[in-house]
Amino acid sequence: MILVMAGDMAPRSWTLAPGSGRALDTTRAGERNGGGARMVLEEELATLMASAQGGDAVAYRSLLKACLPVVSAIARAQGVRGEAVDDVVQDTLMTVHRARASYDPSRPFLPWLRAITQRRTIDRLRRAGRRPREVNDPLAYEAEVDPGPAPGQGLEARDRAAALARAVAALPDGQRQAVEHLGMRELSLDETAALTGRSKGALKVNLHRALKALRASLTQEKE
Amino acid sequence: MPGDGSRASCAMTRHERLVEELAGRLDPVRPLPSPVARAALWLGAALLLGLGLAALAGTGGFMLRMRVPDLALAALGAVLTAAVSAFAAFATSIPGRSAGWALLPLPPLALWIGASGFGCLREWIAPGTDIPGGHTVTGCFSFLVCVSVPLSALIVVMLRRACPLRPNLTAALGGLAVAAAAAALLMPVHPHDATATDLLIHAVAVALIIAANGLAGGRLLSRDARLS
Repeated sequence: MILVMAGDMAPRSWTLAPGSGRALDTTRAGERNGGGARMVLEEELATLMASAQGGDAVAYRSLLKACLPVVSAIARAQGVRGEAVDDVVQDTLMTVHRARASYDPSRPFLPWLRAITQRRTIDRLRRAGRRPREVNDPLAYEAEVDPGPAPGQGLEARDRAAALARAVAALPDGQRQAVEHLGMRELSLDETAALTGRSKGALKVNLHRALKALRASLTQEKE
Repeated sequence: MPGDGSRASCAMTRHERLVEELAGRLDPVRPLPSPVARAALWLGAALLLGLGLAALAGTGGFMLRMRVPDLALAALGAVLTAAVSAFAAFATSIPGRSAGWALLPLPPLALWIGASGFGCLREWIAPGTDIPGGHTVTGCFSFLVCVSVPLSALIVVMLRRACPLRPNLTAALGGLAVAAAAAALLMPVHPHDATATDLLIHAVAVALIIAANGLAGGRLLSRDARLS
């Protein structure tokens, strides 16, 4: 339905033509940019509301239809998403209907509508906040990081430990003892010397050779 | 996305159905008078009530008491608080009007409370003046409550004709207007000066009236978005 205004000075003579969802005077669409457009919209809505207060159902229908995108935009700007926007639109239209006597035709219409919409939006957000919600967001679900251990992490560590144990067991006795006591048990040179009966110099040499041999054998194994 | 498209068209149908329903039940309405006019109407009703009570109870010594500066100031403060609070309540009941109007009653409220408190100081400085007994105090209390009930009912009915989007604030302002008006109406029939007991009783009654209006009025005024 499209609303055509028959002359600027005749606000009551609204006629409806089929074929459009917009209910505003489209003949002046070119003028609508920035503040000028808002002024035109403001004047049209105020005129429609004044007619609606007088009982003009056609003007009222046009007004409510023109309010739909405005109300949705305000609700979205306040953080309402999805189907809740439509609920806010419904609540707001019903409040507009109930409170239509409180609109003063000598004042701008949009601040009146915005105040009602913002209040209904807050009511809706509060109600939604009190209710537990089911989250359905596939992307967020996919991107969620699991703080627990990754699957197979324990197996990998166990494999590594087994490979190391095998490599150490394959070393000659002197080198194996040096690695076990100095490297794994972290004993001091003196303690290891006392335990194994070898000199500290020999232990150092053994450890050095053992590490070299281990590096070589583990690298080979990995390859 | 096809899902979004079908949801949007479903919402449009839903909105269009509501628009048709609302347009179908449209009755002509007269725009509400300005908040000043509505406040004046309510104050006029309060004045009529006051005149009736004064005729019943008599105003002996009222003019004499009004010559005492702090009593006159307290009376002026109460009257101004009632008028300004009533205006603020009616202003905040209109969507789109600033909530800043709620601050307007603060100066006259300060005058009212300050002048009443000064009466207490005078009682300390010059003891021996007329101190009300228990009977009078109960009388004052019941007077305040009895006057407040019809005034509260009237202001709630008048406020409900608008659309208070901040029902608790509007109701509290209405409560303040009622409390101040009741205190102002009490002054002509009040047979004695202000004392500490007197002020305390007034404070309790005023707090009760504001709280009752805030609680009950807030609920009475906060109608959900439903068809009327």
